[in-house]
Amino acid sequence: MNVAIDWIESAQPSGELAAHGLHLERGGRCVLQDVSLCAKPGRLLVLAGPNGAGKSSLLGALAGLLPPSLGKVTLDGRRLSGWSPVDLARRRAMLSQKVQLGFAFRVDEVVLLGRSPHATGHASAEDRRIVDAALHAAHAWELRERRYPELSGGEQQRVQLARVLAQVWERGPAPAWLLLDEPEAGLDIAHQHFVLRHAQRLSRQGYGVIAVLHDLNLAVRYADDVALLVRGRLLRHGSPAHALDPQVLSRVYELPMQRVDIGDGWMLAPV
Amino acid sequence: MNSIALPRSSGVRARRPIALGGLVLLLALAALWSLSQGAMNLSAAEVLGSIGRWSSGHPLTGDDRVVLMLRLPRVLMAMLVGASLACGGAAMQGLFRNPLADPGLIGVSAGSALGAVVMIVLGGVLFGGASGLAGSLGVAMAAFVGGLVATALVYLMGRRRPGVATLLLAGVAVSAIAMAGIGLLTFMANENQLRDLTFWSLGSLGGSDWQRLGIVTLPMLLPLLWLPRTARALNALLLGEHEARLLGFRPERVQPLLIALVALMVSAAVSMTGVIGFIGLLVPHLLRLVWGPDHRMLLPASALGGAALLVAADTLARTLVAPAELPIGVLTALIGGPFFLWLLLRSRIGEVRT
Repeated sequence: MNVAIDWIESAQPSGELAAHGLHLERGGRCVLQDVSLCAKPGRLLVLAGPNGAGKSSLLGALAGLLPPSLGKVTLDGRRLSGWSPVDLARRRAMLSQKVQLGFAFRVDEVVLLGRSPHATGHASAEDRRIVDAALHAAHAWELRERRYPELSGGEQQRVQLARVLAQVWERGPAPAWLLLDEPEAGLDIAHQHFVLRHAQRLSRQGYGVIAVLHDLNLAVRYADDVALLVRGRLLRHGSPAHALDPQVLSRVYELPMQRVDIGDGWMLAPV
Repeated sequence: MNSIALPRSSGVRARRPIALGGLVLLLALAALWSLSQGAMNLSAAEVLGSIGRWSSGHPLTGDDRVVLMLRLPRVLMAMLVGASLACGGAAMQGLFRNPLADPGLIGVSAGSALGAVVMIVLGGVLFGGASGLAGSLGVAMAAFVGGLVATALVYLMGRRRPGVATLLLAGVAVSAIAMAGIGLLTFMANENQLRDLTFWSLGSLGGSDWQRLGIVTLPMLLPLLWLPRTARALNALLLGEHEARLLGFRPERVQPLLIALVALMVSAAVSMTGVIGFIGLLVPHLLRLVWGPDHRMLLPASALGGAALLVAADTLARTLVAPAELPIGVLTALIGGPFFLWLLLRSRIGEVRT
């Protein structure tokens, strides 16, 4: 019986990444309380909320980095703890906030590290091709022969993005997930929009994308769905217009906010 | 179509056989030089002749015996010890994500030294008339056990909190305690013991023979062959534990494995030769400047480079002031220290800047 059900599940992976009644403790403090949320591939989900709301913790839990103290996270309906690390690494990649790398790897070597879950020994020609393509995609091609520690913060961020893209580059039978923790941090405004446009394009190609964003206007502009977190709880989850309601935000951020209509959309601004 | 991609893809993959081949050649030349030098100077051809007669089972001459019974085990020991120290250093630098790390950080050197000093000073009391135990093999055994015990203590305490920082601090603390023990025993020692432990702590390959080589080959060779298999995980660990986990590795398995392998090889090395400084720091550092930090290249290259360097240094140690011998630890620090300073001052070490 069980075998048959497993077979059906694996034959038709839902591709959904979901949190079920998630509680998470870090350093003795409860950072997530009873968060349930289902993210679907093909959509760009933005996690928003004030500092310390638990956005990064939720992303870490969805990536399988932070084991929940209660509840569970599932991919294709299967608990993350039941996935082998390599299988999981082929299905989801995560761009962390700050990656410290003091050793003088060349940029293309850093991106090649993203191919680790696929590699058997040495880099194949296919890996090389993907590294090149990912470098182009992240606007980091011109950096490829520089030493990583010599790059500026924004350049390093783009290289890390290329590494993360390289990790889930191939289109497998099941949709892959990209988890981005403040991908806009340290980037100039042009690169901020470039990164989010790229994330949006990937979601249109079938990837599931979840991004933690501090800039609410980037969320308004690019998100399909927004989850608003406050003090470890999920307050609202839905379309940007629903989740980023100025009245709610004013309370949450304790800063009066208003919606300003502009040419082809709207923005949020302090009153 | 590939013509554009080819020059760049000739990265580690294409360079590796050439670079490692070059280091093998360097090691062979160092060994040949070392075998020919000594109280009796032989030519390279004579040395090769001796080895040829030995391997083909021909009767040996007196010169052959000098090469095969006195010099060859010492050269092989220098290779194994140099390879272990350098490769262990490279692995520790990767594990701690710090190019200035060395095996001493996990307590192994200080633990080995304490084990040796305990046996030198208290061996006679503990084992009474069994002077064989208190002799050089007994000291070696005690040093080997001391290194493993100290590392185990560091690991057990260091793993109570996540991350390598606690491990590093536990290593510092355990090393300090071991050094205090050494100080206390030095204070208690009589004059003969003082002389023994001073010479032991300066390091020497002088006692190397086939028997000692046979005893320590396995604990050094096994980690040397195993460590390169952890190269990809070590590369990922340079990005941090979280990133390594996201890339599908299991840091919670790789880290204890690395520590165990390094403790095994370095304890064995120190037990046979005493503390020999700078090889573990200098060799990986130098090779990283040349070929970058990729451990698939760095680990085998460090092993070969460390072996060649120690063979050469030991040859100098036993020929410079012949018939006396310079302590090898003094020589490596004397050459390594200024060289390392020169590297630092060249300020091309981008790794140190960040």
